[in-house]
Amino acid sequence: MELLRFATAGSVDDGKSTLIGRLLYDSKQIFEDTLEALEHSTMLRGEEGMNLALLTDGLRAEREQGITIDVAYRYFATPRRKFIIADTPGHVQYTRNMVTGASTADLALILVDARKGIIEQSRRHAFLASLLGVPHLVLCVNKMDLVDYDEAVFERIKSEFRDFAAKLDVRDLQFVPMSALHGDNVVDRSANTPWYEGTSLLHHLEEVHIASDRNLIDCRFPVQYVIRPRDDNHHDYRGYAGQVASGSYKVGDDVVVLPSGFTSTVASIDTADGPVEEAVPPMSVTIRLADDLDVSRGDMICRPHNQPNISQDVDAMLCWFGERVPLKAGGKYALKQTSKWTRALVKDLHYRLDVNTLHRDERADSLSLNEIGRVTLRTTAPLFSDDYRRNRATGSFILVDEARNDTLAAGMIL
Amino acid sequence: MHRLISHLDALESESIHLLREVAAEFERPVLLFSGGKDSVVMLHIAKKAFWPARLPFPVMHVDTGHNFPEVIEFRDSSVDKLDVNLVVASVQASIDTGRVAEDPGPRAARNRRQPTPRLDAIDAHGFDAVMGGARRDEEKARAKERFFSFRDEFGQWDPKNQRPEIWSLYNGRHRKGEHIRVFPLSNWTELDIWQYVADKEIELPSIYYAHRRKVFRRDGMLMAVTDFLQPGEGEEVFEATVRYRTVGDATCTAAVSSMAVAIDDVIAEVAASRITERGATRADDKFSEAAMEDRKREGYF
Repeated sequence: MELLRFATAGSVDDGKSTLIGRLLYDSKQIFEDTLEALEHSTMLRGEEGMNLALLTDGLRAEREQGITIDVAYRYFATPRRKFIIADTPGHVQYTRNMVTGASTADLALILVDARKGIIEQSRRHAFLASLLGVPHLVLCVNKMDLVDYDEAVFERIKSEFRDFAAKLDVRDLQFVPMSALHGDNVVDRSANTPWYEGTSLLHHLEEVHIASDRNLIDCRFPVQYVIRPRDDNHHDYRGYAGQVASGSYKVGDDVVVLPSGFTSTVASIDTADGPVEEAVPPMSVTIRLADDLDVSRGDMICRPHNQPNISQDVDAMLCWFGERVPLKAGGKYALKQTSKWTRALVKDLHYRLDVNTLHRDERADSLSLNEIGRVTLRTTAPLFSDDYRRNRATGSFILVDEARNDTLAAGMIL
Repeated sequence: MHRLISHLDALESESIHLLREVAAEFERPVLLFSGGKDSVVMLHIAKKAFWPARLPFPVMHVDTGHNFPEVIEFRDSSVDKLDVNLVVASVQASIDTGRVAEDPGPRAARNRRQPTPRLDAIDAHGFDAVMGGARRDEEKARAKERFFSFRDEFGQWDPKNQRPEIWSLYNGRHRKGEHIRVFPLSNWTELDIWQYVADKEIELPSIYYAHRRKVFRRDGMLMAVTDFLQPGEGEEVFEATVRYRTVGDATCTAAVSSMAVAIDDVIAEVAASRITERGATRADDKFSEAAMEDRKREGYF
């Protein structure tokens, strides 16, 4: 059974919670005691029935304010796949939450209300999903029951969204007309939309092809940990543990170790269950090399004829999450990329991007909380990186406050 | 070579990656081990993450003193087999030294007294990363928990002051006295755990499987008669075939009626269950809607 991670974006008004509630309920993932607790808390709030939004409002501050603050993770499975939902609230801290949820997602679901059509928020969510390189996008045109399941409404929203998405880098875009409340086209295809020729949402989630979204070409193995047992049975054992970021490693492959540039061959690929012939993402393995080299955490094992960019000067799109101080040219931060920490100086802020209009403001001299812009960084040690579009694992980094240790920014290398 | 990665392999790989990050970036990590199924799976994966080397960190059990003997035996034999150091943080010792007062009355449960001895042990040993087997599917306050969860010098969890976690770039930086709770099994569900236990043929304490036991009914749940928990007036003791979905403090962990004697029976039962494992068997979560959130703030998991 395969694992699919998807992010949902939209506000409570779009029926996102109802949709998630329905996916969980129809796949029998909401338990009776959870439902009981839900009825109870709905009643305590002086409301009637069952407020499905309360399912995701886990924290007291959220319930008190009637909003969702943080990304909530939900799980369900069908006989075909296991799903992890990163449920991102649409209104508060939207950029931070959407970026967090989308960063690991295979697919993003964006909900729009059929009566309202594409609004600013829908464009913003689509842009962020594309910026974070989510390979598959599904626009759920919800509340079709309130527009009499009118095909013309659906087609109008579809074409408007297509026009906007053409400006973005979206590889796979699907549209589903639905009513989460009544279940139309959520699990099963609905008789109310005979004009719709696509599949139900759940069917799409079960079938969408994700195995080839992985980069199996560029071999990148960031060394996480060096395993040296130093006991009698494994006296000379020296293995480089890590998770394959991209590419495919086989025993006998010629490799080069960065930054030293020394070459060797893969002697074996070990796991506790025994050696394997080939390692692909996202496998966690231990690679042993034929030669005795000095390799440590933060190094990268690649192929001699396919190496990442090795540079101390990096151009990137940056999403700023710092609450206390804005990002400005001249700022210095700790930077983590793959398994490596280094320091970075912001040399230049080129522009701030308006996530609603995609307008570039080149006069901007700072990025505040939840703002996005293009920067040039200079790092104290060279990064082994790829263009984020080509490689999400080696093209991403975070910036961290050197004194307070807060995570301040997510960066995507250009 | 099949290049399709199963969901269990993907989850295991994610957990191994986290465990290695912890070993690489922290000075004094510790792994919590109670003998419960989640911690057994976590320990199993930790062993795999560093194979063929030994675990590069000790394991710690926060002992409420109200244990099921089967679980303690299992804990000790697991630790022996693995040849790792076991640190026991004792609630009884904290009560004896006056660091913790017990709730009065016959229904006193010690689960809620765990934070003090745990935090004392974290202080005494200088642990800077504490790995626990909590999962996000257990409870809704946990659904928003990070893999790396920041705790201040009082061990407190501030839900509003958690670091955004993007990609798998974990930020474990902290100042002296602060520490990070790490949850390598965050993305696992109860069913995933059982499927993995079956797949890898992992041994668990016997009370996870159906057995005969003297029980009585309290607040709609089946409680075992033990040295620490006796029936109150009007609570009738009877023998039943039961098993446990979680194993914790014997005074507040309930059994469920079950005929599942083997792992496949358990999986079938879990897949068909309509009640969460905490709702079914944890009396201490019923105190209030925000019970779990409050205990997390105090330093409970």
